Amino acid sequence: MAETVYDGSSGEFVPPEEVTAAGGEPLLQVLGLQVEFRTRDGVAKVLNGVSYHVNAGETVAVLGESGSGKSVTAQTIMGILDTPPAFVTGGSVKFKGEELLTATPERRRKVRGEGIAMIFQDALSALNPVFTVGFQIAEQLRGRRGMSKAEAKKAAIELLEQVKIPNAKGRFGEYPHQFSGGMRQRAMIAMSLALDPEVLIADEPTTALDVTVQAQIMDLLSEIQRERNMGMVLITHDLGVVAEVADRIAVMYAGRIVESGDARSIYAKPGHPYTIALLESLPRLDLKGQQLNTIKGLPPSLTNIPPGCPFNPRCRMAQDICRTEVPESVALGDGRSSACHFTGELMQRV
Amino acid sequence: MGRYVLRRLLQLIPVFFGTTFIIYALVWAIPVDPFAGKCGQRPCPPEYVAKMRADFNLDDNLLVQYIKYLGKLFTGNFGQTFSGVDVSTLIANAYPITIRLAIIALIIEAVIGIIAGVLTGLRKNGFLDNLVLISTLFLISLPVFVTGFVLKLLFNVSVPNSAPFFDLIVPGFVLGSLSMAYVARLTRTSIAENRRADFVRTAIAKGLPGKRVVGVHLLRNSVIPVVTFLGTDLGALMGGAIVTEGVFNIHGIGGLVFINIQQQQGVVVTGVVTLLVLVYLVMSLVVDLLYAVLDPRIRYE
Amino acid sequence: MSDPTAASSGPALDQGAETRLDDSRKQDKPRSLGSDAWRELRRKPAFTISLAIILLVVLIALFPGLFSHVDPNAADINHARQGPSGQAWFGYDVQGSDMFSRVIYGARASLLVGVLSTIGTVVIGALVGIIAGYYGRWADSVLSRFADIFAGLPFVLGAIVILMTFNAPGSNPGEVRIITQVVLSIAVLSWPVAMRIMRAATLVAKQQDYVKAARGLGAGPMRIIFRHLMPNTVAPVMVYATIALGANIGAEATLAYLGIGLHAPVVSWGVMISDARDYFTVAPHMVLFPAAFVSVTVLAFVMLGDAVRDALDPKSR
Repeated sequence: MAETVYDGSSGEFVPPEEVTAAGGEPLLQVLGLQVEFRTRDGVAKVLNGVSYHVNAGETVAVLGESGSGKSVTAQTIMGILDTPPAFVTGGSVKFKGEELLTATPERRRKVRGEGIAMIFQDALSALNPVFTVGFQIAEQLRGRRGMSKAEAKKAAIELLEQVKIPNAKGRFGEYPHQFSGGMRQRAMIAMSLALDPEVLIADEPTTALDVTVQAQIMDLLSEIQRERNMGMVLITHDLGVVAEVADRIAVMYAGRIVESGDARSIYAKPGHPYTIALLESLPRLDLKGQQLNTIKGLPPSLTNIPPGCPFNPRCRMAQDICRTEVPESVALGDGRSSACHFTGELMQRV
Repeated sequence: MGRYVLRRLLQLIPVFFGTTFIIYALVWAIPVDPFAGKCGQRPCPPEYVAKMRADFNLDDNLLVQYIKYLGKLFTGNFGQTFSGVDVSTLIANAYPITIRLAIIALIIEAVIGIIAGVLTGLRKNGFLDNLVLISTLFLISLPVFVTGFVLKLLFNVSVPNSAPFFDLIVPGFVLGSLSMAYVARLTRTSIAENRRADFVRTAIAKGLPGKRVVGVHLLRNSVIPVVTFLGTDLGALMGGAIVTEGVFNIHGIGGLVFINIQQQQGVVVTGVVTLLVLVYLVMSLVVDLLYAVLDPRIRYE
Repeated sequence: MSDPTAASSGPALDQGAETRLDDSRKQDKPRSLGSDAWRELRRKPAFTISLAIILLVVLIALFPGLFSHVDPNAADINHARQGPSGQAWFGYDVQGSDMFSRVIYGARASLLVGVLSTIGTVVIGALVGIIAGYYGRWADSVLSRFADIFAGLPFVLGAIVILMTFNAPGSNPGEVRIITQVVLSIAVLSWPVAMRIMRAATLVAKQQDYVKAARGLGAGPMRIIFRHLMPNTVAPVMVYATIALGANIGAEATLAYLGIGLHAPVVSWGVMISDARDYFTVAPHMVLFPAAFVSVTVLAFVMLGDAVRDALDPKSR
């Protein structure tokens, strides 16, 4: 693969995954995923060819506004989409080379929890209110690991200790509503770790929490990820979090990955106007007193995606071509890719 | 938990007194002479009337009468009819069959209602769903005596007075049919609502088998409103048994009340209705306890 | 992150983008809950069918002469208990009166009892419920316990006691009096349900910001209750009222069946069923036709209430 910087005029269009996955089979790979929501009011194309991958031991942050399809992608990987209204219409999800979308329901169930586990945004509603936290952790160990009641309890308490819940023994028998927000999210993390998953998908794990607690939970997650050498998909819209923990970034807009690549490199030189806008909308101490940059306009309605580049109505750089032609994702070298007609110009900026 | 139960218990006390007083007042405020026609064609002898008036405290004002009546009731004395039969004997004879009938009705409505509700709640808008929706609509629309007559004709049932459980299945079905429709619909709504709940999604994401997701996580949460309905329904079934008992010619408490109102035996009517109110109140307390057991969020309130 | 409301003030948007944005908005224009519910209702067969049945029954009740020219009280003992024929579609009753005509003329009393008792139930229940919900605290406790007292009375037993207290056995109260009594008994025994529904709806509505704002601006309780709370709490009560109307028509029949409700010379479906009670095996048509009219009418109201509730509840879709 040529490592020259794409100049915008002569490069070939290469699907980004072929570039980035060159080093060997990734742990989890999503390729060209397409999902529609079929409702009475029409068909919403929620995912329009989403591709990303995660290797063991790395954290990939999936960034985007709400409604961009981050969570739907995660739910498709887990196989927990509500069908109807959601239908997978194309693409593939491979876990260690095995295609999941066509696997039997029983096989998919085996992968859940053991291969890929998931942490949800709001632990209060994601945990069953009528069972104790301990029960909800232990039930997987009993069902899947064949542990006895006592063994499962012991293992569950160990897990609670691993996520640094004080007095784990005592809290084993308590109900979710008796936990504080942060402790609840820790319990949720303990639950997801019960079957020793290889990939952990964290869907906005800190959104529902206080700012101070957010940092603790993120630290815990990245610590556990490193210790266990897991692959982690971190879904978030918090760019601050991303900068701290992500190895790579995938930026989503209107059901597409518009830019992906190494986190540091993207922060240093974003290759898509949307990423630029996202980064500019971060509050900065050195620009105190100035008006905050926001992205003008609304994300497009998914039942009515504008022709051409979906970002064009909000894009500062939009030209005629952007309103007629959908930009392909092009490799930029160093494992980076971007889907913009003017990536070349952006990358050549100083 | 303790405080919660205590509060519910305290709330029941005024309800008990209010309900029983209303019944007592209605029954004894009858504007006609309660002794008319009690002694054959002739008017009753004055000494008999005087004794009876004293026995029933009819010369006190209504509130004093009521309090004296309750006082006797709490010592287990339900009083005697005008002809000297112990009310407690009458009730003891009539109660067992009504209780059996009500319990059978409760079992039928719970089993059929919950199964139908779960099946349809899991697959909304399917064939089975529509079938259950339509048949519950019919059950709700048909007056009980119509269902009763039709089933009586169809199955040609006659119920012996000492009927054990088996003979009471058809009458029990009739008695429970309306509530069965409600249970089915309540369960269906509850299941359909919880099916999309986050905690069910979590249970699936944990890799639990489908049976466990539905049978443990979904059902346990959805069953809470159904159990509370079933609990309060036992009292309602016993009170509502009168029509069913009439159709199937069962000599339970419904018939007892009916006959005794016609004969102006107020003491029997108040006795039976007070007992029914007690059953209703005790059941609603049991329901509150069950609620706390089933939903830990209440327990630790 | 990005502020969506900044869209219209954004100077960076070029002209073309601006118009396209507007276009896409027009298509996404949110519909109001009311019009959405109406759209939803019209395509439901259950709604149209039940509405048609109800309109027909109302028409029969208002103008029975349009449907039958036979006097419902004319009796020819020679025809007593004869089954349906070309002469009398529904056969004759025990007196030899034409059943079809009686069923037609009976609609008025049955519907009247149903409508009046439902109005009673809803008016008492809604008023008590909204007061309990709005004032809360001890007013709520007292009113809720008061409702519990009536909820604790078993319906049929309570009605028997009430009706028999006011009409000693053997007495023959007049038409208006007995209808009033039946209506009041039903209302008195069933208002707690309407009260609970109204109270729950009020508790929710009270938390809405605009209600808090109205209170903050110094609106009095009457104004808040009638101008701000009522419009938002009336829907669930109306749904209940539709279903209760059906149930009350059934209750009229049940009370008449027990011999304590309406009775001759009033003609109602319940009275007809009650008259036929002892002849069920010999002349089933005498129960069948009035019972069918009761059931179909109740069914129509319950179906209507169901359909409206589903349409109003976005979660059920």
